[in-house]
Amino acid sequence: MYKILETKNLAKSIYLFRIEAPLIASKARAGQFVVLRVSPKGERIPLTLAEWDPQRGTITIVFMIAGATTCQLSKLKEGDNITDMLGPLGNPTEITNYGTVACVAGGFAIAVIRPVVKALKEAGNRVISIVGVRTRDLLFWEEELRKESDELILTTDDGSYGRKGMVTDPLKELLEGPESINRVIAIGPTVMMKFISLTTKPSGIKTITSLNPIMVDGTGMCGCCRVSVGGETKFACVDGPEFDGHLVDWDELMSRQSTYLDQENHAYKCLTGTGEEHRS
Amino acid sequence: MNKPKINRVEMPRQKADKRKGNFNEVAQGYTHEMAKTEASRCLQCKKYPCIKGCPVNIDIPGFIKAIRDDDLPGAVGVLKKDNILPGICGRVCPQETQCEELCVFNKSGNAIAIGRLERFVADWELKNKDKVKPVAVSRSTGKKVAVVGSGPASLTIAADLARMGHDVTLFEALHTTGGVLIYGIPDFRLPSEIVGEEVDNIKALGVKVELNYLIGTIESVDELLGRFDAVFLGTGAGLPIFMNLPGENLSGVYSANEFLTRVNLMQAYRFPEYHTPVKVGKQVAVIGGGNVAMDAARSALRLGADKVYVVYRRSEAEMPARREEVENAYEEGIEFIFLANPTRFLGDEKKVLKAIECIRMELGEPDSSGRRRPLPVSGSEFTLDVDVAIVALGTNPNPLITSTTPDLKTTRWGTLVCDEDTGRTTCPGVWAGGDVVTGSATVISAMGAARRAAVDIDKYLKGDYIRPGQYWRESKGEEPAE
Repeated sequence: MYKILETKNLAKSIYLFRIEAPLIASKARAGQFVVLRVSPKGERIPLTLAEWDPQRGTITIVFMIAGATTCQLSKLKEGDNITDMLGPLGNPTEITNYGTVACVAGGFAIAVIRPVVKALKEAGNRVISIVGVRTRDLLFWEEELRKESDELILTTDDGSYGRKGMVTDPLKELLEGPESINRVIAIGPTVMMKFISLTTKPSGIKTITSLNPIMVDGTGMCGCCRVSVGGETKFACVDGPEFDGHLVDWDELMSRQSTYLDQENHAYKCLTGTGEEHRS
Repeated sequence: MNKPKINRVEMPRQKADKRKGNFNEVAQGYTHEMAKTEASRCLQCKKYPCIKGCPVNIDIPGFIKAIRDDDLPGAVGVLKKDNILPGICGRVCPQETQCEELCVFNKSGNAIAIGRLERFVADWELKNKDKVKPVAVSRSTGKKVAVVGSGPASLTIAADLARMGHDVTLFEALHTTGGVLIYGIPDFRLPSEIVGEEVDNIKALGVKVELNYLIGTIESVDELLGRFDAVFLGTGAGLPIFMNLPGENLSGVYSANEFLTRVNLMQAYRFPEYHTPVKVGKQVAVIGGGNVAMDAARSALRLGADKVYVVYRRSEAEMPARREEVENAYEEGIEFIFLANPTRFLGDEKKVLKAIECIRMELGEPDSSGRRRPLPVSGSEFTLDVDVAIVALGTNPNPLITSTTPDLKTTRWGTLVCDEDTGRTTCPGVWAGGDVVTGSATVISAMGAARRAAVDIDKYLKGDYIRPGQYWRESKGEEPAE
């Protein structure tokens, strides 16, 4: 059983759950994910690990309500159980001393960039974190990440906090600035990772992106999560989830991610009974 | 030639026009009366050729005689001695190429319907559990065995080893037991309740089940060997084969594994009550000619597709699917396009599938499989407008375990190098059987391999003849082939 020990509403529609899962906690590493189900009729969804504590035997996930399943998940309380949880899945982030690394996170991915930042710091890197959110209300863990990074740059789409604009603006300035950047790691919405990859491409700086395609089993059995990387088909669940952003066919990935938009909206309407369509 | 006095008793089936709109079982099973009539046709031959056709050597005349004698609890006992999954095998075994093929009445097209009788007995047991004696379990040996996977091979060996008195734990990566029986075979051919009931019977023997437990990730085989006396790998062939054609990753292109997993395991046909969606195509093309292709095509039809094509590169005669399933598909209105092979998948500006381009094929000289090799006819390309395509060209074993267990040798297809008679792998203390050794094959052949491995593991655990460390190489006096 995967008992929920702690829940927190981190920001509007963004939640944190700390869950009892000693086996997963004992093996987890930065960049890995779990696949979970919220109910016996539920779908299987992947979520990247935000924290884990092998001593206490717990893992932490952070998610945003983006459809029926995450909406249902958000309704669970401390003491409730997650029906099924499988992990840790995927390859961990490759960590070594690269020199200076820019870690870019979009939206609630700030939660999952932190373990990467911490591991990079432990390996002796200088880490510059860039976090972009739509608006200030969606920002959380700013102080934590500021402490963990050598430098933190914040952007908001609407200018309500930090710099106004997209994460690609400060990234571009960094690349053009005096400091040499040895690697970029990006986690967040697919469209953001696409534009980060386009931004870094002219400089040729290795850009690692953590992909989030639709998955079913998460163990290499179904091939739902396949992506074209450098002209080859890869399964994000077992070959990834991290790939060289310069080689990913982003438009194909986004097309595959939208395969079920109509059904997802329908399921969300059925669940909430509001007749309101949800767009994340 | 032997000729029976009465013909083989037909089994009632849902009518094609009705069944293509639902996922209920097509074949409805014999009534008690039908089963008795069919059983009465059996000659009870002295040489029982049928048993030789059965990979697990069920005492076929024995259970048929019990049906004839109105001793159904007795029939259950005879059947279950050799086959712990009769409800499953009665439905999905290719009896026509096994036991029934060797029946003396087969030449006149009138073989005893052994599979239907097996199913009848299994279904009777499910409704009459109180009338059947529980399967006997030997006294505990104190030995612990880890069985990885919970498909047909794993379920069979778990039951056998438990009966022999060993302490068995099954490790399953998914949230439900059954492996391909539950994610691959649709409810209209094998209802998931039947799989669930037969798994419950195995749990009743004391077999423990760990779900959501991916060996190779959460625990390696080496780690398992640290806390179990033996390990059996029944992990199947779960890695879908793609063709590496342009456009194969467009939205709307599925592997059969994904499509069937959504529909079966995740019950997408009951969306939105069940929350996993599946794309209901208007025009669907299934690529391949095996049972999985038939399952995918017939599932797509039941979801509501207007038109479903099966595109197969050889001719109808070479199709590996069971004849019965091909006929079911014809009756339901599936359109077969033989001697054609996809060359690319075509998408719209949003990278959503809109058509597949195929090329006509002709048959050349026989290849290594003995079937005539299909060759493309140049300039014969044509397009088929489809919004869903399902690639059903087979599967290879998942590399998750072998990549984390260096001692396990594999072939170039990723299957495990194994001793055929015993299931011993190249890694001491580790046995394997089923699709992970053979590549995709039948449920019953996986069960047969598991039974042989169970006997060998039992001997090993009782210290009868294998010294610790004497495995594949020494027992065969040779190095395993790459």
